[in-house]
Amino acid sequence: MSSIILAGVGGQGTVLASKLIAQAAMNRGQSVRTAETIGMAQRGGCVVSHVRIGAEIFSPMVPKGGADVLIGFEPAEAVRSLGYLREDGVVVVSSKAVKPVTASLTGSDYDGSQALAYLKENVNKLIVVDAGKIAASCGSVKVLNTALLGAAAASGLLGLTIGDLENAVRERVNARFVEMNLKALAAGKLAAGAE
Amino acid sequence: MKRFLMGNEAIALGAIHAGVHLACGYPGTPSTEILETVARENDGGIYVEWSVNEKAALEVAAGASYAGARTLVTMKQVGLNVAADPLMSLAYVGVKGGMVIVVADDPGPISSQTEQDTRHFARFSKLPVFDPSSPEEAYEMVKDAFDLSEKYETPVLLRPTTRVCHGCVSMELGNPLPRRPVEGFIKDPKWVIFPALSYRNHLRIEERNPRLGDELSAYRFNTISNKNTTGKKGIATGGISWAYVREALGDAEVKLFRVATPHPFPEKLALEFLDGLDEVMVFEELDPVIERELVYLCGKHRLNVAIRGKLTGDVQKAGENSVESVKAVLHKYLGLPAPKTPPSLPGLPVRPPVLCAGCPHRGSFYAVKQAMKGRKAVFAGDIGCYTLGNAQPLDMVDTCLCMGADVTIAQGLAHVQPGVKHFAFIGDSTFFASGLTGVVNAVYNGSDITLVVLDNATTAMTGQQEHPGTGKTLMGKPAPKLSIPGILKALGVEEVVTAEPFDLEKAVAAVQKAADSPGVSAVVFESPCIAVRKPDPVLAVDENTCVGCKKCIRELGCPAISLGGKKAQIEPSLCYGCALCAQVCPVKAIGKGAENA
Repeated sequence: MSSIILAGVGGQGTVLASKLIAQAAMNRGQSVRTAETIGMAQRGGCVVSHVRIGAEIFSPMVPKGGADVLIGFEPAEAVRSLGYLREDGVVVVSSKAVKPVTASLTGSDYDGSQALAYLKENVNKLIVVDAGKIAASCGSVKVLNTALLGAAAASGLLGLTIGDLENAVRERVNARFVEMNLKALAAGKLAAGAE
Repeated sequence: MKRFLMGNEAIALGAIHAGVHLACGYPGTPSTEILETVARENDGGIYVEWSVNEKAALEVAAGASYAGARTLVTMKQVGLNVAADPLMSLAYVGVKGGMVIVVADDPGPISSQTEQDTRHFARFSKLPVFDPSSPEEAYEMVKDAFDLSEKYETPVLLRPTTRVCHGCVSMELGNPLPRRPVEGFIKDPKWVIFPALSYRNHLRIEERNPRLGDELSAYRFNTISNKNTTGKKGIATGGISWAYVREALGDAEVKLFRVATPHPFPEKLALEFLDGLDEVMVFEELDPVIERELVYLCGKHRLNVAIRGKLTGDVQKAGENSVESVKAVLHKYLGLPAPKTPPSLPGLPVRPPVLCAGCPHRGSFYAVKQAMKGRKAVFAGDIGCYTLGNAQPLDMVDTCLCMGADVTIAQGLAHVQPGVKHFAFIGDSTFFASGLTGVVNAVYNGSDITLVVLDNATTAMTGQQEHPGTGKTLMGKPAPKLSIPGILKALGVEEVVTAEPFDLEKAVAAVQKAADSPGVSAVVFESPCIAVRKPDPVLAVDENTCVGCKKCIRELGCPAISLGGKKAQIEPSLCYGCALCAQVCPVKAIGKGAENA
């Protein structure tokens, strides 16, 4: 049984990432439940996807302190969802900040570094990847999600291999973008290994 | 083979597998994907439509059910308010072909105006309601609901909540039933509601419901777990809260009553549950429906059982339940371990939802704001993405109540505060759903308001559904494209101007022209949602020209623009090339990316 939280900002592709994890787990014959944020919050708000793998699960939402892996698509969003992580869980986080409009308006200086520093201080197993850069080098900032999945798989705590995720990408991603996503998975894995 | 399905997809497949003939509804989070799935999985034998609103949907379905067709109607909880008129009467008249009305409730609320509870509506309309705890159950219950509907010739409600609708699960599906031929409408006085008929049917329904409650006591999803435990404390729950309770209990053996049909209440089973207990804690979201039923039963049968929950202040009265919230109550009630206290977090940037970069509504709101600069004006808003126009720095939505209310609220304001200019903002889908009657009211009663129609050629907030102005139906067929300016003129609005929201100068002029004409006037802003159009070339800031005045940031609040050092910068992955910022920039520092790079 394992639980995964994917935390990001609306539009970053957390929903597809959670579907890929679910598909990969199903392909291994496991039962999956997920919960998504759909609706008003998608417009640039905080979004959290919950993925739970295993037979004896009732709630689609991960209980606080119950996540084995927290995948942060953005530093502050990783911090915001830290309460979901179990004590010895792993955090995989993209270092690129998404500045909220309010920060620009109020002149706040949020650039992600404060949140990353907090994570370094408070999380034992932390993998920071420059997923934005990796995605761009793979051809599109849109594959930030699969780059992070590659890094998460490399941690070994996802319970899934890169091969599992590759198959899921082939099944669930539009054929035109499969290659780009496979590249991002591999690059994400490599980046996590370098950490 | 197992499929990975969203709750809403499971509901749709449940209906298809039950041999549904006709499905209709109006988009609304968290219900929208049900009808989209019926349309997608349609073998061609099902008639599916986005109706213009929930009332129309329910009536279309009623007609088909009169003829013997199995029908599915979908909406969100506030949609049932719109459909309440036909619902209340249909509950008396009844149906022939099975009718399942799926009404999605939204505890939180996450994407809704209210935390209203459709289980009350079931009781109010005296209709049976099913309350699933998971997508798997929802799939099964749709089929059960169709059977019950035909057995008792009554519409039946299915009430999933957001976490069931939008939860996904790997699940096994059953075998589809063949769609049976539709018998056809048979003329009979029973289809015409008259007082004498209503009296007879009212008696019949009151006689039916207790019987139905007894029948439902044996329903497989109404359950008592740990029946033989000797503990004196029990738990009652229903819907998604059942999942939270199961998880919070862990291995603890507590007598647990799950109510899958809150109305008619399964009294027999409830009495079996209450037998031998001293206390019951009730976990449910929205209103204390199960709790009140149990309190009532204890009174009726003089049972000495303390019923606790929302009414006694033990359980939170509003918002969603969770495994943690249930654990916190069970810690006090049963002495189970307390939930872990979450770590205290540092200050984090807030992220209220905002209009997308490139959203045409930003241009429309900004044009009206500019046109009304220095004038006293009130801006009545409505339901849709454009409700987000209330956020700083646009700050252009002063009221928002319910679908279509912008037009009429503006009229009320205008009647009592002359000398103030009143605007009503309405989206295209909302205009068709419930704006037209408000416009007629304004014209007929001589109101002095300016209507602003934000026509982005789709139902955007719920994920781009077709509507009467898009020229396409849910079944993908071409449809007559209703002209909003044409409708407004036909309704008697004399001054109707159309404008492109991203041509700032002309847009401001159009608003001024409409605002200065007395009586009811209208501006129709026509520009498609970014979700249904291709992006234009991205823009960039020329660092050498930018003086760092921040006007673009301060005035527009576009998520693609931020301050990088002392200069504005545009995030290319977000920019849609709408060029509104380029028109606002006082030093012309913003231009097409390539020219400025």
